Amino acid sequence: MRTVEEINEKIKKGKVVVVTAEEMVAIAKEKGVKRAAQMVDVVTTGTFGPMCSTGMFINLGHSSPRIKIGGGKCLLNDVPAYAGLAAVDIYIGATALPEEDPRNSVYPGSFKYGGGHVIEDFVAGKNIRLVAYAYGTDCYPRRKIETYINKETVNEAYLYNPRNCYQNYNVAVNLSNRILYTYMGILKPNLQNANFCSAGQLSPLLKDPNYRTIGIGTRIFLGGGIGYVAWRGTQHNPNVKRDENGIPKMPAGTLAVIGDAKAMNPRFLRGASFIGYGATIFVGIGIPIPVLDEEVAYYASRGDEELWAQVVDYGTDYPQNIKKSIGEVTYAELKSGVIKVNGKEVPSYPISSYSMAVEVAETLKQWILNGKMYLTTPVEELPRAGADIKICSLEEARPGFM
Amino acid sequence: MKKRILIRFKKNTIDKPIVYRLSKDYDLVFNILRANVYPKAESIMVLEIEGDEENFEKGIQYLKSKNLQIESIEQDIIRDENKCVHCGICTSVCATEALSIDRKDKMRVVFNYEKCVACELCVKVCPVKAMSVYFD
Repeated sequence: MRTVEEINEKIKKGKVVVVTAEEMVAIAKEKGVKRAAQMVDVVTTGTFGPMCSTGMFINLGHSSPRIKIGGGKCLLNDVPAYAGLAAVDIYIGATALPEEDPRNSVYPGSFKYGGGHVIEDFVAGKNIRLVAYAYGTDCYPRRKIETYINKETVNEAYLYNPRNCYQNYNVAVNLSNRILYTYMGILKPNLQNANFCSAGQLSPLLKDPNYRTIGIGTRIFLGGGIGYVAWRGTQHNPNVKRDENGIPKMPAGTLAVIGDAKAMNPRFLRGASFIGYGATIFVGIGIPIPVLDEEVAYYASRGDEELWAQVVDYGTDYPQNIKKSIGEVTYAELKSGVIKVNGKEVPSYPISSYSMAVEVAETLKQWILNGKMYLTTPVEELPRAGADIKICSLEEARPGFM
Repeated sequence: MKKRILIRFKKNTIDKPIVYRLSKDYDLVFNILRANVYPKAESIMVLEIEGDEENFEKGIQYLKSKNLQIESIEQDIIRDENKCVHCGICTSVCATEALSIDRKDKMRVVFNYEKCVACELCVKVCPVKAMSVYFD
């Protein structure tokens, strides 16, 4: 029907037709998939949720005299950054906490400031206090440095997130008789609430369920700037339960993404504190889907009532790593505010922001319409259903038994 | 008039049915927003009281006559609109549905102040600290 090159030609000429995934659902309902595929060149998707596997590399630049922070210790606003690289390359992860944070020793902990907040503050252009300790060498004599950095003072700063953008996610409930503080929010005892975490019909990988257009090298919206799919995300698992059309009904594909943090916008990267759980970060990600043919249009236009998720018990099953579903529901049901689990009506609440996901998809749409962003063809495909991938568990092994 | 007050119970003052008296004798509408009442420790109660001004004053005098310490509080929960990301987590803990999802407007979180009883649960769960307690 059309190629990525043809779409890019249209972007250049200002003639491209772009709609958000939400709009695509409506168009296909009204005019049919075939007509929608003819009309629309690009569908933009979006998601905005807490994504713990997020972090930022920074090259700090060299001090005089030089210091070898690599192999030493590095703190950003008291939050430890990974310093096992070269002299002034560091990596700050979203869930890192200051050493003096009481964590859950006063339960439930509040985790007020962590790595995700450092990333947000950095992207916002704020000064970040850097304290680093080193052992000193002939070529890097300095043992300690205390200073401030910001995005103007460092060389490179880029996000590299090993796992973002989960294709679908669990619906969390609590079958136990005590309150639970989880990364899915507060779960009240005895099945009193169900929390879900996906943009559903706007969610990038749910709109390209077989990874036909999204792959390694795909240019994306990341945290308000431009980023790229770097690799398949950790725990990427295409071999999960899918519906009769091949759409995953449980967490499946994931993406590792990369992008220039200096060009990002703190509106789409928000440090977060989950009571009793820890620090993390909300990340806004949007991916444009080129409507290559009717099949791409078909998947891009599936609505919430056709997208399913599994209900998982976080009282016992999840913490004990028992892979079990106690029911399945559609995103339309979840968004209605009440679902049925074990015959009981349970109120359902989102924990990822649909309205911010809409904003991501709308922003991406404007970028394409204004010629700020061109579409890409993947350099390499992501592993699809049937690929030789299975998820390993961490066994408590002893040498000799392996 | 409608006002929020904080009552501090001193020792041996928790046995009086004060809320009943306020309602029955002074025709005041009460809403207990919070009550931490213990037999041996200092106890507090946060009340929202509604009624005409004269009755309100008389009611307060009554409470004071019972050796209770009364503090007027203008304690409110406020939302920082720049911080809120409309994730929806707060709606799962808000018992009065002062915080709720607007399904007609992109699942945005609506804050209806009139329904808020200042329980502060949203302040604890909000991951981006958009909700806070405001003392006037």
